Amino acid sequence: MNISEIKNLSFSYTGQTVLKDINFKIAEGDYIALLGPNGSGKTTLIKLLLGLLPSQKGKINLFGNTLQKFHAWQNIGYLEQKTTTPRNMPMTAFAVVRLGLLSTKKGLKLFNKEDNKKTISLMKKLRCYSYKDKLFSELSGGQQQRVLLARTIINEPKFLILDEPSTALDSSSREEFFEIISTLNEEKKTTILLVTHDISQVGKYVNKFLVLDKQIIFYGSKEEFCDSKEVTSYFGPYTQHLIDHLHTEGTCPMPHCHSEEVK
Amino acid sequence: MNFAEFISYGFVQRALISGVLVSLITAMLGVFLVLKRLSLIGDSLSHIALSGVAVGLILNVTPIFAALPIVMLSSLGIFKLSKNKKIYADSALGIVSSAGIALGLIIAALAGGFNTDLMGFLFGNILTVTPAETVLSVIIFAIVIACLYFFYNALIATVFDEHFAKTAGVDTDKINILLVLLSAVVVVLAVKTVGIMLVSALIIIPPTSALQIAKKFKSVLICACIFSVFATVGGVYLSFLFNLPPSALIIILNLIILCICGLIKYAKSGKIN
Repeated sequence: MNISEIKNLSFSYTGQTVLKDINFKIAEGDYIALLGPNGSGKTTLIKLLLGLLPSQKGKINLFGNTLQKFHAWQNIGYLEQKTTTPRNMPMTAFAVVRLGLLSTKKGLKLFNKEDNKKTISLMKKLRCYSYKDKLFSELSGGQQQRVLLARTIINEPKFLILDEPSTALDSSSREEFFEIISTLNEEKKTTILLVTHDISQVGKYVNKFLVLDKQIIFYGSKEEFCDSKEVTSYFGPYTQHLIDHLHTEGTCPMPHCHSEEVK
Repeated sequence: MNFAEFISYGFVQRALISGVLVSLITAMLGVFLVLKRLSLIGDSLSHIALSGVAVGLILNVTPIFAALPIVMLSSLGIFKLSKNKKIYADSALGIVSSAGIALGLIIAALAGGFNTDLMGFLFGNILTVTPAETVLSVIIFAIVIACLYFFYNALIATVFDEHFAKTAGVDTDKINILLVLLSAVVVVLAVKTVGIMLVSALIIIPPTSALQIAKKFKSVLICACIFSVFATVGGVYLSFLFNLPPSALIIILNLIILCICGLIKYAKSGKIN
């Protein structure tokens, strides 16, 4: 089953092409790393995929429905690159996490005791329970990110979209963060689309790469990525750096995919 | 004159009923508007209310009834302008605000002869609230409270992070339209209480005071309501005692509360944010 399908998607902003003729499918259980240099259109692609930007040309399907007819938002979890939360927002970490259950609510969208229990249980699991009563705005960047991750996954989404989620985390928290995400992919078959520059950390978890630079440079499995001439010829040193990391990590399975050979 | 004697007058009772209800809804709505950095919408819409009041005076219709549809339409205009990313939200507020004053002045000048009435709306006079306006206050209070109750979590999510709210299935456009329409209705109602010039203070100051000392969203709402009601009742009573304009006293009391809350926060944290 396809979680998402994008056909002939193009987008321009103030006359400049940001995305051109994008076509790809995301299958259930995929764990995709979305790579590309700054300004390559990664965040724009995600915002279009979620309907946060109005689409100009092309088709976007989510869970078999066009974006206009898609209402099953409880299946979606989205963690943005940076939050736009007001500086003095009077919300505790607990209230922020519980807000993630909003998509599961119908009608009045009011929370009940079960929701509170679920929130507490997840916060304990993600080790953010100790600061549950602290104001979200008073938490450190890493703590905020952990709380936002909890908010994103509390409704057990089938499709998780993470836009550079680990930037505010230190290296050990980053490792733990990706472990949590990977567990969701392995145990619950959660489909994940992860925008990242941190190839060294996610290379061992993902099973697909999507390389973007206004258009799709590469989309395929990790094995194909390591052996892709299109990737190396397009990005040159940039891709070399990525493949070097994969190789060092031992996650590049192709025997002939050696950094020296690519050079 | 003691307080019991003070509230025995019919016009005082109407003033207090209307004033308390307006204080409650401006405070509650103000919390969302302040956090969403839309607090100046009250200022812009009140300036539009000037045009509406002028139209009402020309047509010999109760001014706030005439102002209501005009201000509501303008609030939708602000929403459209600010949604269009080519114009910043504060610029949209400024455009609508100046358009409101300009139109109001032109209409007043063309009609002539009702400058005294218009002054009453510019600076408000809660003691002249009519029975019809009191009934309108009760109806609008009920509508605002119902909307805030039914859309409470959707409103919080939209204020917290609009992108998150959208991907949680909240129709953020509808919520934002609801917010600006409620603001329009509340502003028109509050014009009678504190006047066009001071209406935005009722929306901004009590929530800002509450945000200094309260930590949870519900606590902020409750504190803002208490501060606002206290300032309104106190302002009306003091105006009676000292023969001073009630609208000015209401705002001064709100400012005193804000200073006290700021000092409490300073004492707690050692700095004022």
